Amino acid sequence: MNSMRPETFAANAREALADATLTGALRRATDTFADRRAAAIGAVPDWQELRTRAAAIKAHTLARLDHYLEQFVANAEKAGAVVHWARDANEACAIVRDLAAARGSKRLVKSKSMATEEIHLNAALAQDGREPVETDLGEWIIQLAGETPSHIIVPAIHKTKEQIGELFVDKLGIPPSSDPQVLAAEARTRLRAHFAAADLGISGVNFGVAETGTILVLENEGNARMTTTLPAVHVAVMGIEKVIPRFADLETFLRLLPRSGTGQHLTTYQSMLTGPDPTGQGPRELHVVLLDNGRSRIVADELMRQTLACIRCGACLNACPVYQSIGGHAYGSVYPGPIGAILTPQLQGMHSAGTLPFASSLCGACKDVCPVKIDIPTLLLELRRRAVEGEPAAAPGAPASLPTRRKPLEALGWRLWSWVTRSPARFRAASALTRLGQKLPFAKQLFGPLRAWQSTRNAPELAKRSFRSQWRGPVR
Amino acid sequence: MSRKVALFATCLGDQLWPEVVQATADVLQRAGCVVTFDPAQTCCAQPAFNSGYQQEAKAVARRFVEIFERADAIVAPSGSCTAMVHRYPHLFRDEPAWRARAEAVAHKAFEFSSFLVRELGVTDVGATLRARVAWHDACHGLRELGVHDEPRALLAAVRGLELVDLRTGEACCGFGGTFAVKFPELSTAMLDHKLSALDERVDVLSAIDSSCLMQIRGRLQRRGSRVRALHLAEILAST
Ligand code: SF4
Repeated sequence: MNSMRPETFAANAREALADATLTGALRRATDTFADRRAAAIGAVPDWQELRTRAAAIKAHTLARLDHYLEQFVANAEKAGAVVHWARDANEACAIVRDLAAARGSKRLVKSKSMATEEIHLNAALAQDGREPVETDLGEWIIQLAGETPSHIIVPAIHKTKEQIGELFVDKLGIPPSSDPQVLAAEARTRLRAHFAAADLGISGVNFGVAETGTILVLENEGNARMTTTLPAVHVAVMGIEKVIPRFADLETFLRLLPRSGTGQHLTTYQSMLTGPDPTGQGPRELHVVLLDNGRSRIVADELMRQTLACIRCGACLNACPVYQSIGGHAYGSVYPGPIGAILTPQLQGMHSAGTLPFASSLCGACKDVCPVKIDIPTLLLELRRRAVEGEPAAAPGAPASLPTRRKPLEALGWRLWSWVTRSPARFRAASALTRLGQKLPFAKQLFGPLRAWQSTRNAPELAKRSFRSQWRGPVR
Repeated sequence: MSRKVALFATCLGDQLWPEVVQATADVLQRAGCVVTFDPAQTCCAQPAFNSGYQQEAKAVARRFVEIFERADAIVAPSGSCTAMVHRYPHLFRDEPAWRARAEAVAHKAFEFSSFLVRELGVTDVGATLRARVAWHDACHGLRELGVHDEPRALLAAVRGLELVDLRTGEACCGFGGTFAVKFPELSTAMLDHKLSALDERVDVLSAIDSSCLMQIRGRLQRRGSRVRALHLAEILAST
């Protein structure tokens, strides 16, 4: 599953659908999260106002991102944090590698973070023999299995407890069990030892507060709390879009995020870190790596900018009928599901990820659940347009890119369709021709799309007479 | 209350299911509307738009605007095509003159069931159908136009009809236009999930969109199911 690429989405999806254990696990898990979310938001009378406020705060911040980033950096530095800027994944990885090397760090622990997945930080650190131990239970399972996460908040959502039990027997040599209690206890014992020995902790950042320079890490297992407080050095990798203006804005986001993601009222732990620990009990150094990696390009695009409002709650994945059916690996990208289908092509480019915006029935369930009201269907449609028409220049003077998914035959087909459909006479003629054509015995075998349709469904036929040829005018 | 209604048959309705379009016209007329049909109409442009071909879609959308801008109200037996017309202002966002015309047209484009209930204030159209009916909330109607209660209110007033709650009522049927032929297995898996909630209590699965019904019917027929897929207008036209 791990070698899947976005280009081969159709084949990836077929492979996923053929795995009944996978599809069963996904359906149960996504249904559970969707139900919990529905119950949690049902108890919040001002849910829609909260969403509106969150969307407005994000839109405001993204429109003035430079300003708020400067403010964040100034305040974080005032509190004693060291801030590093990384233009791309390579720079970010190099910064973390250098920090670890300069301190001779030997035992690294890490809490769950999508930004570090995006830059493939573990692989980079492994080159120096410093691969961090993942401490989120799901991430740890994934790391043991040598896989990649298939969900942005539930990395091992595709695995059953039986599969996890087998993995533990295989990798850890424990007696066979599929009891979640037993497995979790085993993980806890092993992870405690890693925490106790760790000299450098790596985390992501859910929110960076400009007003105070505070970073927030939300989680449920206490592992991020330990990762960010036990080792002497804490390195936090933060996408530049994670900044929010005021501490008081957290009131909005902390109510939205857990309810949307897991249906919790609050995550069990909310670590708020402003500089290193002045008492000396916690980390002596706090480093914040601000990651761009394509984000400033997205910010410059007024329509697409809202992509960066995402707070990575995972609700759109759980609500998406495509994700529910095939899971995250089929997307072949770090970010799967609806958010992945809009974010990945923008971060990675249309060349490799231009298929993803087409991997949607445009049902709109993602937009309905998104706590920051990202209009995902509209962005999918815009990315589809760019895939076949090319992208506009990102800035004045910058080159416009060529269409990456324009297939000559398909393009010709749509031109023809448009020409026919613009004229009632041509439309009538075309439908008359089709009526003749469908009488041919082999018609259904010949025409590609019809063949694909008929592989699983009976095809309709054109009516003997169209409505326009039957209409007798209004009844008086 | 008599309203002048310009019927938009939709290209699929016109060519594949004239009986659905006729039923739509019949019900509107029974509700007191004067229904006209302009044979210059063809399609709302959604297929090209959803495939990314916005230039080609715009050419067709302009024709739609020209044909329908003089209408009082445009009514279509489809939430998806109506939602497409509501997207015209976005489609023409860089062309102010067309954008303004598109806004005017979008403003008076209505999906059939919501037109009856919201605009005409009608829920009982005098229909009778002895059947147990489950409802499919077609995505664009549900999420872009907010159509949810209206068809249920109309069905509740049909004599002899029993509305059966469907656990997967709001789940996508997996059609999605070219999605259904680009990813046939995925599209079918989504559909099979939707249909998994059907049981022997259900005689009819109904919706406001013929394209969803084409997907649903195609699968039901393939499986040899006795459940029929009927458009809401066909139910409301039954007496
Ligand atoms: S796009 Fe919206 S729903 Fe999806 S993960 Fe981001 S915030 Fe959550």
